Amino acid sequence: MTPIRFSPSSLRAGRWYEYVIRFVLGGAATVFTGLVSSRFGAATGGLFLAIPAIFCASATLIENHEMRRKHEAGLAGKRRGQAAAALDGAGASLGAIGLFAFAAVFFVLVENGISAAFVAASLAWAIVSVAAWYGRRKWRSVRGPRR
Amino acid sequence: MVEALEKDEMTEYVVRFFLGGLIVSAFATLGDVLRPKSFAGLFGAAPSVALATLGIAVHQHGAGYAAVQSRTMMLGATALALYSVVVCQLMLRTRLRALAATLLSLVVWLIASFGLLFLAGAVA
Repeated sequence: MTPIRFSPSSLRAGRWYEYVIRFVLGGAATVFTGLVSSRFGAATGGLFLAIPAIFCASATLIENHEMRRKHEAGLAGKRRGQAAAALDGAGASLGAIGLFAFAAVFFVLVENGISAAFVAASLAWAIVSVAAWYGRRKWRSVRGPRR
Repeated sequence: MVEALEKDEMTEYVVRFFLGGLIVSAFATLGDVLRPKSFAGLFGAAPSVALATLGIAVHQHGAGYAAVQSRTMMLGATALALYSVVVCQLMLRTRLRALAATLLSLVVWLIASFGLLFLAGAVA
């Protein structure tokens, strides 16, 4: 059985302004990357395609949601919130391996076919990220819990 | 003519803002509804800014320009992996809050990214 679950109820934990913040941050990061590219060149701008601006917002939101849930249950929840955000960080490090694969596949294919490059690179991100996540999970289950 | 150019540039940045915001929100929402949390974390490193920026780069400057961007994006992604590990360890070991840990660690990402760019330039 797959350990991955779909949990739409998590959307109810969010406040409307949190979604606005994410939208604005995403837009701002894309504008900033464009500005860097036009001012300092494509090579420097390319670095910022992997800027962790979104991760900052996501980790903060996850921590807040966990703390809010614990507060509602009458608990402090600070540690739980930090642990949830740290788990998100562990996942992002594996997603970054997928992001590397995205860039590598796009680099190889883009001059031969633009649409194919976008599709293949996105698939590469998904496959490599999920494979890395499964690999880590398997490794942890073989190694056993830390003492 | 200068005014027309400025207007074009302004339109480009408005398009960038909305396209980037939309793609980032879509990936973030997907991350919100998936469990476990470590799996949802994969979406913190989704190619959201990259999809928007490379799409505009291809449209405006051609495939060669986007290829140059994607080549150095590999260095940025390597730095992002290091950044995520540092954030995770900071929160677990020093008990820093998420906002402080993620913002402080941006220094790590900047140093790693530009350090790798420098090394790649030196090798090439």
